Amino acid sequence: MHSKQGHDMKKNGYKAIVMGVSAGGLAALSRLFSDLPEGFALPLIVVQHVHPTADRQIFDYFNSNCPLTVKEVEDKEKILAGYVYFAPPDYHLLVERDKTFSLSIDPRVTYSRPAIDVLFESAAYVWSSRLIGILLTGASSDGSRGMQLIKAHGGLTIAQDPATAEYPVMPQSAIDANAADKILSLDGIGKFLKTLSKTGYPDRQTKIQGQADFISDVET
Amino acid sequence: MKAIDIENIEITLLLDAIFNRYGYDFRHYARASIERRIRQLKGKSGCTTISEMIPKLLHDESFFQKFVREFSIPVTDMFRDPFVYQCIRKQVVPILKTHPFVKIWHAGCATGEEAYSLSILLKEENLYDRSTLFATDFNDTALDIAKKGIYALTNAKTFTANYQAAGGISSFSEYYHARYEAMALNNALKKNITFANHNLVTDSVFGEMHFILCRNVLIYFDKILQDRVLKLFSDSLVHGGILCLGTRESLKFSTIAEKFSIIDETARLYQKKAV
Repeated sequence: MHSKQGHDMKKNGYKAIVMGVSAGGLAALSRLFSDLPEGFALPLIVVQHVHPTADRQIFDYFNSNCPLTVKEVEDKEKILAGYVYFAPPDYHLLVERDKTFSLSIDPRVTYSRPAIDVLFESAAYVWSSRLIGILLTGASSDGSRGMQLIKAHGGLTIAQDPATAEYPVMPQSAIDANAADKILSLDGIGKFLKTLSKTGYPDRQTKIQGQADFISDVET
Repeated sequence: MKAIDIENIEITLLLDAIFNRYGYDFRHYARASIERRIRQLKGKSGCTTISEMIPKLLHDESFFQKFVREFSIPVTDMFRDPFVYQCIRKQVVPILKTHPFVKIWHAGCATGEEAYSLSILLKEENLYDRSTLFATDFNDTALDIAKKGIYALTNAKTFTANYQAAGGISSFSEYYHARYEAMALNNALKKNITFANHNLVTDSVFGEMHFILCRNVLIYFDKILQDRVLKLFSDSLVHGGILCLGTRESLKFSTIAEKFSIIDETARLYQKKAV
Protein backbone atom coordinates (compact mmCIF):
# COMPACT_ATOMS: atom_id res chain seq x y z
CA MET A 1 0.00 0.00 0.00
CA HIS A 2 1.33 3.43 -0.93
CA SER A 3 1.98 5.91 1.81
CA LYS A 4 0.68 9.46 1.50
CA GLN A 5 3.91 10.91 0.24
CA GLY A 6 5.35 12.06 -3.04
CA HIS A 7 7.31 9.84 -5.35
CA ASP A 8 8.78 10.16 -8.80
CA MET A 9 6.49 9.76 -11.73
CA LYS A 10 6.22 6.54 -13.68
CA LYS A 11 7.74 6.14 -17.12
CA ASN A 12 4.93 5.15 -19.52
CA GLY A 13 1.37 6.16 -20.24
CA TYR A 14 -0.28 9.23 -18.80
CA LYS A 15 1.94 11.44 -16.65
CA ALA A 16 -0.35 14.03 -15.14
CA ILE A 17 -3.89 15.33 -14.83
CA VAL A 18 -4.80 19.00 -14.95
CA MET A 19 -8.20 20.02 -13.66
CA GLY A 20 -10.16 23.26 -13.87
CA VAL A 21 -13.12 24.16 -11.71
CA SER A 22 -15.01 27.32 -10.84
CA ALA A 23 -18.43 27.96 -9.32
CA GLY A 24 -19.75 24.82 -7.63
CA GLY A 25 -16.24 23.49 -7.25
CA LEU A 26 -16.28 22.62 -3.60
CA ALA A 27 -18.83 19.84 -3.80
CA ALA A 28 -17.44 18.52 -7.09
CA LEU A 29 -13.87 18.37 -5.82
CA SER A 30 -14.83 16.78 -2.49
CA ARG A 31 -16.63 14.08 -4.38
CA LEU A 32 -13.79 13.43 -6.83
CA PHE A 33 -11.06 13.43 -4.19
CA SER A 34 -12.88 10.89 -2.05
CA ASP A 35 -13.31 8.71 -5.15
CA LEU A 36 -9.58 8.59 -5.91
CA PRO A 37 -8.05 5.16 -5.39
CA GLU A 38 -5.23 4.58 -2.87
CA GLY A 39 -1.81 5.03 -4.42
CA PHE A 40 -3.11 6.97 -7.41
CA ALA A 41 0.11 7.52 -9.34
CA LEU A 42 -0.54 10.71 -11.33
CA PRO A 43 -0.07 14.19 -9.92
CA LEU A 44 -3.37 16.08 -10.01
CA ILE A 45 -2.96 19.79 -10.68
CA VAL A 46 -5.96 21.99 -10.00
CA VAL A 47 -6.89 25.54 -10.85
CA GLN A 48 -9.95 26.59 -8.88
CA HIS A 49 -11.28 30.10 -9.30
CA VAL A 50 -11.29 31.63 -5.84
CA HIS A 51 -11.24 35.12 -4.34
CA PRO A 52 -7.69 36.56 -4.03
CA THR A 53 -7.88 36.49 -0.24
CA ALA A 54 -9.50 33.06 0.03
CA ASP A 55 -8.16 31.11 2.97
CA ARG A 56 -7.51 27.47 2.32
CA GLN A 57 -8.73 25.79 5.49
CA ILE A 58 -10.72 23.64 3.11
CA PHE A 59 -7.47 21.79 2.42
CA ASP A 60 -7.67 20.22 5.89
CA TYR A 61 -11.03 18.84 4.96
CA PHE A 62 -9.83 17.68 1.53
CA ASN A 63 -6.82 16.00 3.13
CA SER A 64 -8.95 14.02 5.52
CA ASN A 65 -10.99 12.70 2.58
CA CYS A 66 -8.36 12.15 -0.11
CA PRO A 67 -5.73 9.41 -0.38
CA LEU A 68 -3.30 11.94 -1.89
CA THR A 69 -1.77 14.93 -0.12
CA VAL A 70 -3.60 18.14 -1.02
CA LYS A 71 -1.48 21.28 -0.97
CA GLU A 72 -0.98 24.74 -2.44
CA VAL A 73 1.93 25.16 -4.83
CA GLU A 74 5.18 26.88 -3.84
CA ASP A 75 7.20 28.60 -6.55
CA LYS A 76 9.68 26.21 -8.29
CA GLU A 77 8.28 23.19 -6.47
CA LYS A 78 9.01 19.83 -8.10
CA ILE A 79 5.92 18.01 -9.37
CA LEU A 80 5.54 14.57 -7.77
CA ALA A 81 2.98 11.81 -7.92
CA GLY A 82 0.99 11.40 -4.74
CA TYR A 83 -0.03 15.03 -4.57
CA VAL A 84 -2.99 17.16 -5.47
CA TYR A 85 -1.63 20.64 -6.20
CA PHE A 86 -3.71 23.82 -6.11
CA ALA A 87 -2.79 27.13 -7.72
CA PRO A 88 -2.42 29.82 -5.04
CA PRO A 89 -5.15 32.50 -5.10
CA ASP A 90 -4.28 35.48 -7.34
CA TYR A 91 -1.38 33.73 -9.12
CA HIS A 92 -1.30 31.95 -12.45
CA LEU A 93 0.16 28.46 -12.23
CA LEU A 94 2.42 27.13 -14.99
CA VAL A 95 4.30 23.89 -15.60
CA GLU A 96 7.96 24.02 -16.65
CA ARG A 97 9.70 21.51 -18.92
CA ASP A 98 11.75 20.20 -15.98
CA LYS A 99 8.47 19.25 -14.24
CA THR A 100 8.54 22.05 -11.71
CA PHE A 101 5.93 24.73 -11.16
CA SER A 102 6.29 28.43 -11.70
CA LEU A 103 3.90 31.20 -10.75
CA SER A 104 3.10 34.52 -12.35
CA ILE A 105 1.07 37.65 -11.69
CA ASP A 106 0.51 38.31 -15.39
CA PRO A 107 -2.82 39.95 -16.21
CA ARG A 108 -6.01 38.00 -15.72
CA VAL A 109 -7.02 35.66 -18.54
CA THR A 110 -10.78 35.33 -19.14
CA TYR A 111 -11.22 37.55 -16.05
CA SER A 112 -9.39 34.99 -13.94
CA ARG A 113 -6.13 34.63 -12.03
CA PRO A 114 -5.34 31.82 -11.63
CA ALA A 115 -6.69 30.97 -15.09
CA ILE A 116 -7.43 27.40 -16.14
CA ASP A 117 -6.27 28.19 -19.70
CA VAL A 118 -2.80 29.25 -18.49
CA LEU A 119 -2.23 25.99 -16.59
CA PHE A 120 -3.72 23.77 -19.31
CA GLU A 121 -1.71 25.41 -22.09
CA SER A 122 1.63 25.24 -20.31
CA ALA A 123 0.97 21.63 -19.26
CA ALA A 124 0.04 20.68 -22.83
CA TYR A 125 3.40 21.94 -24.06
CA VAL A 126 5.20 19.87 -21.43
CA TRP A 127 3.28 16.58 -21.43
CA SER A 128 1.60 16.72 -24.86
CA SER A 129 -0.19 13.37 -25.43
CA ARG A 130 0.64 12.15 -21.92
CA LEU A 131 -1.75 14.63 -20.33
CA ILE A 132 -5.38 14.41 -19.23
CA GLY A 133 -7.40 17.62 -18.89
CA ILE A 134 -10.61 17.61 -16.87
CA LEU A 135 -13.00 20.56 -16.84
CA LEU A 136 -15.68 20.66 -14.16
CA THR A 137 -18.55 22.87 -13.05
CA GLY A 138 -18.30 26.64 -13.50
CA ALA A 139 -19.98 29.79 -14.77
CA SER A 140 -17.05 30.95 -16.90
CA SER A 141 -15.64 30.13 -20.32
CA ASP A 142 -12.12 29.70 -18.91
CA GLY A 143 -10.59 26.36 -19.80
CA SER A 144 -12.01 25.91 -23.30
CA ARG A 145 -8.87 27.14 -25.04
CA GLY A 146 -6.68 25.02 -22.80
CA MET A 147 -8.78 21.93 -23.49
CA GLN A 148 -8.48 22.60 -27.23
CA LEU A 149 -4.73 22.79 -26.92
CA ILE A 150 -4.46 19.58 -24.86
CA LYS A 151 -6.56 17.85 -27.49
CA ALA A 152 -4.46 19.28 -30.32
CA HIS A 153 -1.36 17.86 -28.64
CA GLY A 154 -2.96 14.41 -28.51
CA GLY A 155 -3.87 14.47 -24.84
CA LEU A 156 -7.21 13.31 -23.45
CA THR A 157 -9.89 15.86 -22.51
CA ILE A 158 -12.89 15.22 -20.29
CA ALA A 159 -15.70 17.66 -19.62
CA GLN A 160 -18.17 17.17 -16.81
CA ASP A 161 -21.58 16.44 -18.27
CA PRO A 162 -23.27 19.88 -18.11
CA ALA A 163 -26.57 18.21 -17.21
CA THR A 164 -24.96 16.97 -13.98
CA ALA A 165 -22.86 20.08 -13.23
CA GLU A 166 -23.91 22.58 -10.58
CA TYR A 167 -22.98 25.32 -13.09
CA PRO A 168 -23.06 23.99 -16.67
CA VAL A 169 -21.56 26.98 -18.54
CA MET A 170 -17.88 26.08 -18.26
CA PRO A 171 -17.96 22.44 -19.38
CA GLN A 172 -20.61 23.33 -22.00
CA SER A 173 -18.33 25.99 -23.43
CA ALA A 174 -15.54 23.42 -23.92
CA ILE A 175 -17.99 20.99 -25.51
CA ASP A 176 -19.25 23.71 -27.86
CA ALA A 177 -15.64 24.41 -28.83
CA ASN A 178 -15.35 20.75 -29.75
CA ALA A 179 -12.63 20.40 -27.13
CA ALA A 180 -13.97 17.47 -25.09
CA ASP A 181 -13.08 13.86 -25.97
CA LYS A 182 -15.33 12.52 -23.24
CA ILE A 183 -18.38 13.92 -21.48
CA LEU A 184 -18.86 12.23 -18.12
CA SER A 185 -20.76 12.71 -14.88
CA LEU A 186 -18.72 13.12 -11.69
CA ASP A 187 -19.51 9.50 -11.02
CA GLY A 188 -18.20 8.59 -14.47
CA ILE A 189 -15.01 10.59 -13.94
CA GLY A 190 -14.45 8.82 -10.62
CA LYS A 191 -14.87 5.42 -12.28
CA PHE A 192 -12.59 6.45 -15.12
CA LEU A 193 -9.82 7.42 -12.69
CA LYS A 194 -10.19 4.11 -10.84
CA THR A 195 -9.93 2.11 -14.07
CA LEU A 196 -6.99 4.22 -15.16
CA SER A 197 -5.20 3.38 -11.93
CA LYS A 198 -6.03 -0.34 -12.17
CA THR A 199 -4.76 -0.66 -15.75
CA GLY A 200 -1.47 1.19 -15.23
CA TYR A 201 -2.48 4.54 -16.78
CA PRO A 202 -2.14 3.53 -20.46
CA ASP A 203 -2.47 6.46 -22.85
CA ARG A 204 -3.81 6.09 -26.35
CA GLN A 205 -0.35 5.89 -27.87
CA THR A 206 1.02 3.22 -25.54
CA LYS A 207 -1.75 0.67 -25.49
CA ILE A 208 -0.61 -2.55 -23.95
CA GLN A 209 -0.90 -5.51 -26.31
CA GLY A 210 -4.02 -7.52 -25.84
CA GLN A 211 -5.47 -5.12 -23.33
CA ALA A 212 -8.83 -3.58 -24.04
CA ASP A 213 -8.65 0.07 -24.96
CA PHE A 214 -10.78 1.20 -22.08
CA ILE A 215 -10.35 4.87 -22.91
CA SER A 216 -12.30 4.43 -26.14
CA ASP A 217 -14.76 2.21 -24.31
CA VAL A 218 -15.65 4.71 -21.63
CA GLU A 219 -19.27 5.61 -22.19
CA THR A 220 -19.81 9.22 -23.07
CA MET B 1 11.71 16.13 -33.77
CA LYS B 2 8.39 17.29 -32.37
CA ALA B 3 7.07 20.77 -33.15
CA ILE B 4 7.33 21.82 -29.51
CA ASP B 5 10.99 20.82 -29.40
CA ILE B 6 11.67 22.91 -32.49
CA GLU B 7 9.83 25.79 -30.85
CA ASN B 8 12.05 25.40 -27.81
CA ILE B 9 15.11 25.88 -30.03
CA GLU B 10 13.53 28.96 -31.60
CA ILE B 11 12.87 30.51 -28.20
CA THR B 12 16.44 29.90 -27.09
CA LEU B 13 17.71 31.55 -30.29
CA LEU B 14 15.38 34.49 -29.86
CA LEU B 15 16.49 35.12 -26.28
CA ASP B 16 20.15 34.87 -27.36
CA ALA B 17 19.50 37.37 -30.16
CA ILE B 18 17.92 39.88 -27.77
CA PHE B 19 20.80 39.53 -25.32
CA ASN B 20 23.49 39.93 -27.97
CA ARG B 21 21.77 42.81 -29.73
CA TYR B 22 20.35 44.82 -26.83
CA GLY B 23 21.92 43.46 -23.63
CA TYR B 24 18.59 42.50 -22.06
CA ASP B 25 19.08 39.06 -20.59
CA PHE B 26 15.91 36.97 -20.35
CA ARG B 27 17.77 33.68 -20.68
CA HIS B 28 17.32 32.80 -17.02
CA TYR B 29 13.72 33.81 -16.77
CA ALA B 30 11.26 31.05 -15.85
CA ARG B 31 10.59 29.57 -19.25
CA ALA B 32 6.86 28.81 -19.12
CA SER B 33 5.76 32.44 -18.62
CA ILE B 34 8.20 33.77 -21.16
CA GLU B 35 7.14 31.20 -23.75
CA ARG B 36 3.53 32.14 -23.21
CA ARG B 37 4.26 35.81 -23.81
CA ILE B 38 6.41 35.12 -26.86
CA ARG B 39 3.63 33.01 -28.37
CA GLN B 40 1.16 35.84 -27.77
CA LEU B 41 3.48 38.40 -29.35
CA LYS B 42 4.02 36.06 -32.28
CA GLY B 43 0.28 36.09 -32.87
CA LYS B 44 0.04 39.88 -32.56
CA SER B 45 3.05 40.52 -34.81
CA GLY B 46 1.65 38.39 -37.62
CA CYS B 47 4.63 36.02 -37.64
CA THR B 48 3.85 32.36 -38.26
CA THR B 49 6.88 31.02 -36.43
CA ILE B 50 8.94 32.33 -33.54
CA SER B 51 12.09 32.31 -35.63
CA GLU B 52 10.40 34.77 -38.00
CA MET B 53 10.44 37.28 -35.16
CA ILE B 54 14.23 37.11 -34.78
CA PRO B 55 15.24 39.23 -37.83
CA LYS B 56 12.59 41.80 -36.90
CA LEU B 57 13.97 42.00 -33.37
CA LEU B 58 17.53 42.32 -34.64
CA HIS B 59 16.93 44.97 -37.30
CA ASP B 60 13.89 46.93 -36.17
CA GLU B 61 14.54 48.66 -32.86
CA SER B 62 10.97 49.91 -32.57
CA PHE B 63 9.75 46.32 -32.84
CA PHE B 64 12.07 45.40 -29.99
CA GLN B 65 10.84 48.33 -27.88
CA LYS B 66 7.28 47.19 -28.40
CA PHE B 67 8.34 43.65 -27.54
CA VAL B 68 9.95 44.65 -24.23
CA ARG B 69 7.00 46.84 -23.34
CA GLU B 70 4.50 44.06 -23.75
CA PHE B 71 6.88 41.52 -22.42
CA SER B 72 7.47 42.73 -18.97
CA ILE B 73 4.82 44.85 -17.34
CA PRO B 74 3.31 42.96 -14.47
CA VAL B 75 0.20 44.40 -12.94
CA THR B 76 -0.03 45.07 -9.26
CA ASP B 77 -2.28 46.85 -6.79
CA MET B 78 -1.66 49.36 -4.06
CA PHE B 79 -1.28 47.46 -0.80
CA ARG B 80 -1.37 44.09 -2.57
CA ASP B 81 -1.52 41.42 0.18
CA PRO B 82 -2.68 43.86 2.88
CA PHE B 83 -1.51 41.59 5.71
CA VAL B 84 2.08 42.05 4.53
CA TYR B 85 1.78 45.82 5.02
CA GLN B 86 0.31 45.21 8.46
CA CYS B 87 3.37 43.13 9.30
CA ILE B 88 5.68 45.82 7.94
CA ARG B 89 3.90 48.37 10.14
CA LYS B 90 4.11 46.23 13.26
CA GLN B 91 7.43 44.46 12.86
CA VAL B 92 9.61 46.38 10.41
CA VAL B 93 8.81 50.01 11.24
CA PRO B 94 10.04 49.71 14.87
CA ILE B 95 13.40 48.44 13.54
CA LEU B 96 13.64 51.18 10.93
CA LYS B 97 12.85 53.79 13.58
CA THR B 98 16.14 52.98 15.33
CA HIS B 99 18.02 54.54 12.40
CA PRO B 100 18.58 58.31 12.08
CA PHE B 101 17.81 58.04 8.37
CA VAL B 102 16.36 55.15 6.39
CA LYS B 103 17.30 53.90 2.94
CA ILE B 104 14.79 51.66 1.22
CA TRP B 105 15.07 49.88 -2.12
CA HIS B 106 11.96 48.71 -3.87
CA ALA B 107 13.38 46.43 -6.58
CA GLY B 108 11.15 45.65 -9.55
CA CYS B 109 8.68 48.39 -8.74
CA ALA B 110 6.93 48.08 -12.15
CA THR B 111 4.29 50.81 -12.39
CA GLY B 112 4.88 52.01 -8.83
CA GLU B 113 1.68 51.13 -6.95
CA GLU B 114 3.49 49.33 -4.15
CA ALA B 115 6.23 51.97 -3.83
CA TYR B 116 3.54 54.59 -3.19
CA SER B 117 1.85 52.23 -0.75
CA LEU B 118 5.06 52.20 1.23
CA SER B 119 5.23 56.02 1.07
CA ILE B 120 1.80 56.20 2.64
CA LEU B 121 2.71 53.71 5.34
CA LEU B 122 5.92 55.59 6.20
CA LYS B 123 4.05 58.89 6.34
CA GLU B 124 1.51 57.49 8.75
CA GLU B 125 4.31 56.11 10.90
CA ASN B 126 6.11 59.51 10.92
CA LEU B 127 9.08 57.96 9.20
CA TYR B 128 8.71 59.40 5.73
CA ASP B 129 10.70 62.61 6.21
CA ARG B 130 13.86 60.78 7.12
CA SER B 131 13.43 58.06 4.50
CA THR B 132 14.74 57.81 0.97
CA LEU B 133 13.08 55.31 -1.34
CA PHE B 134 14.78 54.01 -4.44
CA ALA B 135 12.22 52.37 -6.68
CA THR B 136 13.79 50.59 -9.62
CA ASP B 137 12.74 48.63 -12.65
CA PHE B 138 14.43 47.76 -15.95
CA ASN B 139 11.36 48.71 -17.95
CA ASP B 140 11.30 52.43 -18.81
CA THR B 141 7.68 52.37 -19.91
CA ALA B 142 6.69 51.03 -16.49
CA LEU B 143 8.92 53.61 -14.77
CA ASP B 144 7.27 56.46 -16.70
CA ILE B 145 3.88 55.37 -15.38
CA ALA B 146 5.36 55.01 -11.90
CA LYS B 147 6.82 58.54 -11.94
CA LYS B 148 3.47 60.05 -12.91
CA GLY B 149 1.61 58.24 -10.13
CA ILE B 150 -1.64 58.37 -12.07
CA TYR B 151 -3.81 55.26 -12.15
CA ALA B 152 -7.21 54.37 -13.53
CA LEU B 153 -9.99 55.47 -11.22
CA THR B 154 -11.54 52.03 -11.57
CA ASN B 155 -8.81 50.85 -9.17
CA ALA B 156 -9.99 53.14 -6.36
CA LYS B 157 -12.33 50.61 -4.81
CA THR B 158 -9.71 47.84 -4.61
CA PHE B 159 -6.96 50.18 -3.46
CA THR B 160 -9.19 51.65 -0.74
CA ALA B 161 -10.23 48.24 0.52
CA ASN B 162 -6.60 47.08 0.54
CA TYR B 163 -5.50 50.24 2.35
CA GLN B 164 -8.04 49.67 5.09
CA ALA B 165 -7.18 45.99 5.41
CA ALA B 166 -3.51 46.97 5.56
CA GLY B 167 -4.15 48.94 8.76
CA GLY B 168 -4.29 52.43 7.24
CA ILE B 169 -4.98 55.01 9.96
CA SER B 170 -6.38 57.76 7.77
CA SER B 171 -8.76 57.87 4.85
CA PHE B 172 -7.34 56.63 1.55
CA SER B 173 -9.13 59.40 -0.36
CA GLU B 174 -6.78 61.92 1.27
CA TYR B 175 -3.90 60.58 -0.79
CA TYR B 176 -5.27 61.22 -4.27
CA HIS B 177 -7.57 63.43 -6.22
CA ALA B 178 -9.87 62.07 -8.87
CA ARG B 179 -9.89 63.75 -12.25
CA TYR B 180 -12.04 62.42 -15.09
CA GLU B 181 -11.37 58.69 -15.10
CA ALA B 182 -8.03 58.89 -13.30
CA MET B 183 -6.74 59.02 -9.74
CA ALA B 184 -3.64 61.18 -9.31
CA LEU B 185 -1.60 60.49 -6.19
CA ASN B 186 -0.49 63.49 -4.10
CA ASN B 187 2.87 64.98 -4.99
CA ALA B 188 3.88 64.76 -1.34
CA LEU B 189 4.03 60.97 -1.74
CA LYS B 190 6.61 61.35 -4.53
CA LYS B 191 8.94 63.75 -2.73
CA ASN B 192 11.25 61.11 -1.25
CA ILE B 193 11.01 58.48 -3.97
CA THR B 194 13.65 58.27 -6.67
CA PHE B 195 12.54 56.17 -9.62
CA ALA B 196 15.52 54.78 -11.53
CA ASN B 197 16.37 52.19 -14.13
CA HIS B 198 18.12 49.16 -12.67
CA ASN B 199 18.26 45.67 -14.12
CA LEU B 200 18.43 42.92 -11.50
CA VAL B 201 19.83 40.51 -14.05
CA THR B 202 22.79 42.56 -15.26
CA ASP B 203 23.32 45.47 -12.84
CA SER B 204 25.09 45.34 -9.51
CA VAL B 205 24.71 46.15 -5.83
CA PHE B 206 22.59 49.06 -4.63
CA GLY B 207 24.47 49.92 -1.47
CA GLU B 208 23.78 50.12 2.28
CA MET B 209 20.05 49.59 2.33
CA HIS B 210 18.02 49.21 5.53
CA PHE B 211 15.02 47.63 3.86
CA ILE B 212 14.65 45.93 0.48
CA LEU B 213 11.30 44.94 -0.97
CA CYS B 214 11.14 42.75 -4.03
CA ARG B 215 7.76 41.14 -4.39
CA ASN B 216 6.60 38.83 -7.17
CA VAL B 217 9.69 39.42 -9.26
CA LEU B 218 11.64 36.29 -8.32
CA ILE B 219 8.78 34.06 -9.48
CA TYR B 220 9.65 35.14 -13.03
CA PHE B 221 13.24 33.89 -12.68
CA ASP B 222 14.74 30.41 -12.74
CA LYS B 223 16.63 29.01 -9.73
CA ILE B 224 20.01 30.22 -10.98
CA LEU B 225 18.87 33.79 -11.48
CA GLN B 226 16.89 33.75 -8.23
CA ASP B 227 20.06 32.89 -6.39
CA ARG B 228 22.05 35.63 -8.11
CA VAL B 229 19.44 38.23 -7.27
CA LEU B 230 19.06 37.10 -3.66
CA LYS B 231 22.82 37.39 -3.23
CA LEU B 232 22.61 40.90 -4.71
CA PHE B 233 20.01 41.79 -2.08
CA SER B 234 22.06 40.27 0.71
CA ASP B 235 25.10 42.30 -0.39
CA SER B 236 23.03 45.48 -0.65
CA LEU B 237 21.66 45.27 2.90
CA VAL B 238 23.28 46.60 6.05
CA HIS B 239 23.62 44.09 8.90
CA GLY B 240 20.23 43.92 10.55
CA GLY B 241 18.65 45.08 7.29
CA ILE B 242 15.31 43.62 6.24
CA LEU B 243 14.21 41.82 3.10
CA CYS B 244 10.60 41.41 2.01
CA LEU B 245 9.70 38.95 -0.77
CA GLY B 246 6.39 38.03 -2.42
CA THR B 247 4.06 35.79 -0.45
CA ARG B 248 4.90 32.78 -2.66
CA GLU B 249 8.64 33.42 -2.75
CA SER B 250 11.04 32.14 -0.15
CA LEU B 251 14.63 32.21 1.02
CA LYS B 252 14.25 28.61 2.13
CA PHE B 253 16.32 26.82 -0.50
CA SER B 254 18.63 29.68 -1.48
CA THR B 255 22.35 29.90 -0.76
CA ILE B 256 21.87 33.04 1.39
CA ALA B 257 19.23 31.48 3.65
CA GLU B 258 21.65 30.99 6.54
CA LYS B 259 22.57 34.67 6.56
CA PHE B 260 19.00 35.63 7.45
CA SER B 261 16.62 35.07 10.31
CA ILE B 262 12.88 34.93 9.83
CA ILE B 263 10.77 37.85 11.06
CA ASP B 264 7.51 36.56 9.63
CA GLU B 265 7.37 33.54 7.33
CA THR B 266 3.85 34.19 6.01
CA ALA B 267 4.66 37.79 5.08
CA ARG B 268 8.10 36.63 3.84
CA LEU B 269 9.99 39.12 5.99
CA TYR B 270 13.62 38.29 6.73
CA GLN B 271 16.39 40.05 8.65
CA LYS B 272 20.06 39.90 7.74
CA LYS B 273 22.00 38.59 10.72
CA ALA B 274 24.53 40.81 12.47
CA VAL B 275 27.59 38.77 11.57
